[in-house]
Amino acid sequence: MGLESNLTGTFVGTRLSDALNWARKYSLFQYPFVTACCGMEFMSAACSHYDISRFGAEIPRFSPRQADLLFVVGTVSHKLAPVLRKVYDQMCDPKWVVSFGACASSGGFYDNYCTVQGIDTIIPVDVYIPGCPPRPEQVLDALIMLQEKIQREPLEKQA
Amino acid sequence: MSKKAIERLSAKFADQVLATHDAHGDETAVIKRDRLLDILRFLRDEKDLAFDMPIDLTVVDWYRKREPRFEVVYHLYSVTMKHRLRLKVPVDEDDARVPSSYPVWPGFDWYEREAYDLYGVVFDGHPNLKRILMWEGFEGHPLRKDYPINKRQPITTLLGEKS
Repeated sequence: MGLESNLTGTFVGTRLSDALNWARKYSLFQYPFVTACCGMEFMSAACSHYDISRFGAEIPRFSPRQADLLFVVGTVSHKLAPVLRKVYDQMCDPKWVVSFGACASSGGFYDNYCTVQGIDTIIPVDVYIPGCPPRPEQVLDALIMLQEKIQREPLEKQA
Repeated sequence: MSKKAIERLSAKFADQVLATHDAHGDETAVIKRDRLLDILRFLRDEKDLAFDMPIDLTVVDWYRKREPRFEVVYHLYSVTMKHRLRLKVPVDEDDARVPSSYPVWPGFDWYEREAYDLYGVVFDGHPNLKRILMWEGFEGHPLRKDYPINKRQPITTLLGEKS
């Protein structure tokens, strides 16, 4: 169509945002914010059986400053909410959030005085994973969905 | 299980024991709170009773079902004698306080804080009676049956900010 057809084999034309997003989506450094039993399922999904490193997300960073993907895994109480917010604020842009399991997404069956009814009341969430707990396949599916979302992000948003 | 503990207790504190019962080995004594510490010390120090291990301390809220409204429940165990005893202390809603058992069993420290936090029963003489589970600024006692079931008290201040 455009310029590339005349320059076959010499170089690859792309947009800066495409190249950046491609690099970002395959090098997600996750911060597992694990609070409850979903953590066990997260470990299962993160270990070699399901091999999350196929998607370039195999390294958990236990400092939010080194991470760009926040996995909120498990029930979050109101008492813990300021901590979660602080962890999120400490992460450098660009950053994404995955809400792992029913409790993180909606409070789950903890519809009571102490539980946050969904972490999206505290921080923005990109992908929700349902389930109590979710199957590892669902986690990988969520990761792929997030990668697709990252690939579509405009350059301006990444300031 | 032996009924010895209940018998000894009833003999020694006849005017303090309101009722006793046991079914399938769960000896229970309902007692007044007036001489609670004396009773607890008696149970701990007597050689043949020797309740040396505090198992559990909790509160029952009989809201609109029974008077007095609250019941403070002590679960005790003796490691040497291998027997158990449950004590129940009824307290009124208007005067929901019992003497702290901390001087007898320091292990009840956090149990009393939890009972105070969730039920609002005051333990007189506790060295550090403040909330243990709920956060600072939380209003009310959430396990009371008249705590509104849909009431939420989220923390609105960020970490490090003053409210």
